[in-house]
Amino acid sequence: MFLINCPYCGERDQSEFSAGGEAHIIRPKQPTELSDDQWAEFLFMRKNIKGVQLERWNHAHGCRKWFNMVRDTSNDKIHAVYKMGEKPPIK
Amino acid sequence: MNKNLRITNSKFIDQTSRISFKFDGKTLYGFKGDTLASALLANNIHLVGRSFKYHRPRGIMTCGSEEPNGIVQVGKDPSMTEPNTRATEIELYEGLEATSQNCWPSVNFDIGAINNFFSPFIPAAFYYKTFMWPASFWEKYEYFIRKSAGLGKSPTKPDKDIYDHKYLHCDVLIIGGGISGIIAAKTAAQNNLNTVLLDDKNNLGGTTLFQNNECFKINNSYSSEWLKKEIESLNSFNNLTIKTRTTLAAYHSYNYLLARENLTDHLSLIEKKDKIRQRLWKIRAKKVIIAAGAMERPLIFNNNDRPGVILSSSIKKYIDYYGVKCGQKISLFTNNDAAYETAISLSKSGVTINSVIDIRDKSNSSIVKEAEKLGIKIHWRHTVVNTNGYKRISSIELMKLSDDGTAVVGNKSKEECDCLGISGGWTPRVHLFTQSGGKLKFRDTDNTFLPDKSESEQISIGSCNGDFELDDVVKNSNKSIKEFLNLNSSDYENLKINCSKETDKKNIWLLPSNKPLGKTKPFLDFQNDSTAKDVKLALREGFKSIEHVKRYTTTGMGTDQGKLSNMHALGIIAETAGVKIGELGTTTFRPPYTPLTFGAIVGRNVDEFFDITRRTPMHDWHTKHNAEFENVGQWKRAWYYPIENENMHEAVQRESKAARDSAGILDASTLGKIDIQGSDASEFLNRVYTNAWSKLEIGKCRYGLMLNEDGMVYDDGVTTRLSENHYIMTTTTGGAANVLSKLEDYLQTEWPELDVYLTSVTDHYATVSICGPNSKKILSKVIPDLDLSDKEFPHMSFKNALIDNVRCRVMRISFTGEHSYEINIQSSYGKSVWEKCFEAGKEFNITPYGTETMHLLRAEKGFIIAGQDTDGTMTPVDLQMDWIISKKKYDFIGKRSLYRSDTIREDRKQLVGLLTDDPNEVLEEGAQIVSETNKQPIEMLGHVTSSYFSPNLNKSIALAVLKNGKKLKGQKMFVPMKTKTINVTITDTVFLDKENKRLNA
Ligand SMILES: [Zn+2]
Repeated sequence: MFLINCPYCGERDQSEFSAGGEAHIIRPKQPTELSDDQWAEFLFMRKNIKGVQLERWNHAHGCRKWFNMVRDTSNDKIHAVYKMGEKPPIK
Repeated sequence: MNKNLRITNSKFIDQTSRISFKFDGKTLYGFKGDTLASALLANNIHLVGRSFKYHRPRGIMTCGSEEPNGIVQVGKDPSMTEPNTRATEIELYEGLEATSQNCWPSVNFDIGAINNFFSPFIPAAFYYKTFMWPASFWEKYEYFIRKSAGLGKSPTKPDKDIYDHKYLHCDVLIIGGGISGIIAAKTAAQNNLNTVLLDDKNNLGGTTLFQNNECFKINNSYSSEWLKKEIESLNSFNNLTIKTRTTLAAYHSYNYLLARENLTDHLSLIEKKDKIRQRLWKIRAKKVIIAAGAMERPLIFNNNDRPGVILSSSIKKYIDYYGVKCGQKISLFTNNDAAYETAISLSKSGVTINSVIDIRDKSNSSIVKEAEKLGIKIHWRHTVVNTNGYKRISSIELMKLSDDGTAVVGNKSKEECDCLGISGGWTPRVHLFTQSGGKLKFRDTDNTFLPDKSESEQISIGSCNGDFELDDVVKNSNKSIKEFLNLNSSDYENLKINCSKETDKKNIWLLPSNKPLGKTKPFLDFQNDSTAKDVKLALREGFKSIEHVKRYTTTGMGTDQGKLSNMHALGIIAETAGVKIGELGTTTFRPPYTPLTFGAIVGRNVDEFFDITRRTPMHDWHTKHNAEFENVGQWKRAWYYPIENENMHEAVQRESKAARDSAGILDASTLGKIDIQGSDASEFLNRVYTNAWSKLEIGKCRYGLMLNEDGMVYDDGVTTRLSENHYIMTTTTGGAANVLSKLEDYLQTEWPELDVYLTSVTDHYATVSICGPNSKKILSKVIPDLDLSDKEFPHMSFKNALIDNVRCRVMRISFTGEHSYEINIQSSYGKSVWEKCFEAGKEFNITPYGTETMHLLRAEKGFIIAGQDTDGTMTPVDLQMDWIISKKKYDFIGKRSLYRSDTIREDRKQLVGLLTDDPNEVLEEGAQIVSETNKQPIEMLGHVTSSYFSPNLNKSIALAVLKNGKKLKGQKMFVPMKTKTINVTITDTVFLDKENKRLNA
């Protein structure tokens, strides 16, 4: 059970949050101009990294804000949290 | 009681307070401080159960949580009886009733034991191999297997006990109150840290508590006496919380831990009454110190499982702590020095020691010299090759080991005994460390897995960290604690410690025998009856991964999780496969460390507290009018309102007819309601619904379909434009929370530029829906000054109104196809408005109807229910709702997916109507549809999604999804059922009032 540092509320128990998959997948601005393959790439293809991964999280039972997280999936270490629209604080 | 098995000088047993208890129906006596195991042993009872597969007699083997055999059923009360409890952990109390498990009719005469004679034919995975094929036979085998196998009986009535959950936050949590845990607790507390110390026993001190051997001294006192003073000194700290009888069950990441505290299990039946039985502590610790200790290993040789074969260190605890002799003539069998401590303790208590059988060539340690001084006979480089005695060990057979230890040589000799102590070295308890995500390393010198790297703030100290000798334990623990807590010094710096040091080591995982392996029974997992033979067979059959071998042989899969013998299984696998144990790795240790009761897991969340129940403001009215309720998510919705002896079908038929003939009233309060405001609200709706919203006039309502990005229907509902920048959206009852989350997600992450605010107002409004040809007349009585003319208030529009000066919103919308209105009013007025409408409708025979009638009425009209007629694989086109997809809008959620190669396929499953040839035949929802009856196998073309007998059409109707259904209208299909085949015709989805005349009736 992680302790997650919500960028808006501070450190809270994981049970207050829900995970929302890979971060920085931007919804295409002009979907109609994409081929089936390009659209499928956006729609279905997600990485599932063993190691450091950028993820979306939602403080569902708190402020209900979405934010991003840098997490190492191999040991559950959370390296950073940052707000939507911000660049990841690591390379 | 057999007096000469109990010595009188134990400090830990109160021999003045006698306790009576029952075991297998027989009344026995023990003392305060006893466990069930120690009391049974004092009564000379070793045989307590039968093994799982062969039903071999088994006795108590240990004195702790790793006990594989001494597993009993406690209590007779059908609501509180508890299976699979370890006799070694049950504290004796007045009135305790325990029975043996896994034996029938009794532990002394067990029918299943016949398996033992057949055992050559019951190799590893026998159950899998034999009973899994042919599959149809399983049903027959199962009955017999379940009867003769299985551990214990579940309670048959609800648990009457009270359980509790509590949170705990601390700076330092210490797990284990042995010598290293005590040192850690005192050091942390002295440095003003908020400290918690847990131990699963009823008192602190671990094994040092009863260590009175001359060889182990601290500052010239017995180590037990030194520790006793340390424990006493803990009382002076206000910042130290000590919890005994508290087992750490799970260690999760970020130092989140669960511990179960036993509050009343040790009390007499009368004292237990009305008290909280167990408490589950949810602990968040800044730092964790694991001082969980080590377990003694058994030795693996032929017939090593007989009652009377006990771990040597447990025999020591039984004599030194409980004052109980495990036998009168005891032999000890060892590969290390620990057994000599036991020998010395027994000898001092006047128990006859036959001999110590040691597989090593020699030992020069002081403890062995001490034993020799007492005249204890030692067989160096010998092994036990067999034991005799069925229900209790009666003798052992020993032989000399060859120089390399792989075989036995010379002649066999026999030694009579009634107890055999075995000692195979030590296994650190690393379970909690690995549960937290810690990685282990392997130490070759004594074949132990030790804590290595960990991600969380924690250390392991003492024997769970591989320090097995007193001086190492104290010195290394002190050093680790100081480093971990950033301290310069502690109370434990320059102690004078005397202890025996082990000089010689030798380990043989599977001891050699004079018989071939196939003729012996060297048990590895005592509870699950797997032998060294089984493990070798698994390897021969090609299993390589330790996880696979475990599952195939069931080694380590009992209630004890194979705590005793996992290391030997690994050792034998590594040896046989020719790999190093360190490379093989271990199986995963999963929580809980010891079994938890369901009561402790659920705590107070039982009965009405198990889940939230949501009730509408009109709930009491429904109850009073005899409603049956349906669960929709957490909501209780009125399902139907039977009158007198009506069954569900009769009630629904009556309600459905009344709603179309005159008037019906429905509680629609549970529908999700989202208030949408902001200057971009219209644009937002354009993006989330498939149809266009910008041109919707103020005061008008519109039905909307919401898709997922993959183009599949997600939810639907009517949204009303209240003012320029203000809408109220309704969702399905079950979808409300998810729709809000989805909309928030898009607003926050994809379209943060939109000025839109969402508020869930589901609970703020009650919704009364009146439908039927007389609904207009009824509403005009409830709100007389509202102009209800079709011109002023047409279908799909909304009006603000007042009912007795309370503002409400009235929508003229319809889910039944009838002329109908929905009144939305502040929740607190819901019931009174409902009653008012009901009163006004009485002259029109207004009939309350529930969800079942609502479903029937909408099916007559071919309206879908998202989640019933759709299942996440249906596009609007599949539903034949092409009209709702805007051609003009550039984009909306899911639009691009509507023309992916897969979604434009013409032979997708599509929504159709079905009529049965026999109008009285009602199809089963979920039934499959096929095109021919005389061919097998046959492709299933679709299935029935909604099906009812329509009282208004006087025939059976159904909706279904069917491959290529759009083009099959008018064709015949078949619905094969178990006993018959039903003929159906594919039709349009709208069965009633295709012209929508009733909306304005
Ligand atoms: Zn927050």
